[in-house]
Amino acid sequence: MASRLTAAQRRAIRVREWIIETLLFLAATSSVLVTLGIVFVLLYESFVFFEHVSLVDFLTDTFWTPLFADPRYGILPLVTGTLLSTVVALAVAGPLGLTAALYLSEFANPKVREVIKPALEMLSGVPTIVYGFFALLFVTPLLQKIIPGLPGFNILSAGIVIGIMIIPYVASLSEDAMRAVPQGLRDASYGLGATKLETAVRVVLPAATSGVAAAFVLGISRAVGETMIVAIAAGTQPNLTFDPREPAATITAFIVQVALGDLPHGSIPYQSIFAAGLVLFLMTLAFNIIGFWLRAKYREAY
Amino acid sequence: MTAIDTQSLPVSRRSGTRSSYSRHRRETVFKVLGLLATLVGLVALAALLFDLAVHGIPRLSWDFFFNFPSRRAVIAGILSAWVGSLLVILVTAAIAVPLGVSAGIYLEEYARKNIFTNIIEINVSNLAGVPSIIYGLLALGLFVYTFGTGRSIFTAGLTLALLILPIIIVATRAAIRAVPQALREGALALGATKWQVTRDHVYPAALPGVLTGVIIGVSRALGETAPLITIGALTFIAFLPTPPISTEPPFISFQWLWDSFTVLPIQAFNWVSRPGDDFHANAAAAGLVLLILTLSLNGAAIYLRYRLRKKLQW
Repeated sequence: MASRLTAAQRRAIRVREWIIETLLFLAATSSVLVTLGIVFVLLYESFVFFEHVSLVDFLTDTFWTPLFADPRYGILPLVTGTLLSTVVALAVAGPLGLTAALYLSEFANPKVREVIKPALEMLSGVPTIVYGFFALLFVTPLLQKIIPGLPGFNILSAGIVIGIMIIPYVASLSEDAMRAVPQGLRDASYGLGATKLETAVRVVLPAATSGVAAAFVLGISRAVGETMIVAIAAGTQPNLTFDPREPAATITAFIVQVALGDLPHGSIPYQSIFAAGLVLFLMTLAFNIIGFWLRAKYREAY
Repeated sequence: MTAIDTQSLPVSRRSGTRSSYSRHRRETVFKVLGLLATLVGLVALAALLFDLAVHGIPRLSWDFFFNFPSRRAVIAGILSAWVGSLLVILVTAAIAVPLGVSAGIYLEEYARKNIFTNIIEINVSNLAGVPSIIYGLLALGLFVYTFGTGRSIFTAGLTLALLILPIIIVATRAAIRAVPQALREGALALGATKWQVTRDHVYPAALPGVLTGVIIGVSRALGETAPLITIGALTFIAFLPTPPISTEPPFISFQWLWDSFTVLPIQAFNWVSRPGDDFHANAAAAGLVLLILTLSLNGAAIYLRYRLRKKLQW
């Protein structure tokens, strides 16, 4: 058949194939443009910011008050707020996610797993605004009954709800890593007389360490970047504290607070959200790279 | 060693190792604990649904869907919010689906293994981990102020499109990778060009998987709040965008792309940050509408994937 095509027809086909491949290639490069755009905007606007604020003050000052008459630009309170809510979230999602992963991978029968896994995935489909509502008007009042004097805005409640949100990330990725452990290791362990639990904890878990660590790191990255839950439930007051019962703003909550007001384009407080955004971007980038590396490591292992 | 009757041994008999009885009891305890830990998330989801339903259902009425927001909580509604959400999602899907699917097809079917392809791959998985609010900053600095697209439906749709692009690319690639090589070779052997193979055989076979990714992406975009707040979506909109169809020539108008807007999550955020139970009830009702939408989309995607896994026996 092909031989009956004229030379012109064949050339037309080649040209069409080339055009299509080029278009598809351009679509693929668009994702690189997005990254370049993000890096450019953050760096460019932050550069203007750092012409007015010294980098040393930014990194060492303990007050963040860009909207005050006497503005101070110390990122530390926002960073501690962000890390504190992440630690609380991890304290919830870590043990729960890991136990759930061990259970689903080693103990649950396939029928139970078929039902529970998709149901857990639904947790990541809940809009964060709804989680925020839940944190402020359900979890906080509940916590106030247990911890008297807990303020209406606090890191604890926001962190717990973020923890619930990231359970599926931690559980699902950890379970994948555990299931990737070869059956031979388990069989050998049973052969030596170990029970299922002993095999799960002392053989499967250590063998899946890097995958489980990757799951944790990606969960952390999600928690660090979470915005609406903290903006609603943890307050927008920058507060250098290590007590999760206090209200404190995170980097993301600060950006929301500024965006809701009507700051003039080009003012220093306006630039400050890009500087804060750059810090957030670098934090999540670091976690993502670690997670990526860890996952690549466990893929290699077996 | 002969078989040990585990029941007759003392529980705490310690001769270097734990007794078999206590070892097996630990196992049972862990099974229960594991199930409980797994269920905590689901219990939280149930509590959340229940809480929203209790506060929100009394507010759900015809008027709630067809009233504009108002300073008086009892007559406030979500008309501008759901219309806004619908239009923004249309723009998002119109941009993200062709772009994401094309990128996925290129990376799986066309790309040679070289440094550039590697960069694109690492880049996509990194983009998936960038917090949504950073996309908002990108949109604010680049679209709103540099390209001058304003705080409009178009800017919002474009921003969310970039946000869900990695989701769609990853899903497309996974779906295409699952198509067996023999299908391609068969078509190629009959003289089909690469594009004909891709368009007529690989892509149709991968379509359900692609669709799953698109649904998950759309559901994610529907619930996103932070990036839209960053670009300055208004929280109080008591009008609708310009209608897309008019009675005068040219009958179709795209003016709505440049109108200001609000969306469901932003409307809910506005209500939840006001003091007073009346507005909180509105927030619960709007949140409930949003939650039902996103959970049904997610449920559809999960169901689709589940059926796919059962059916796919190449």
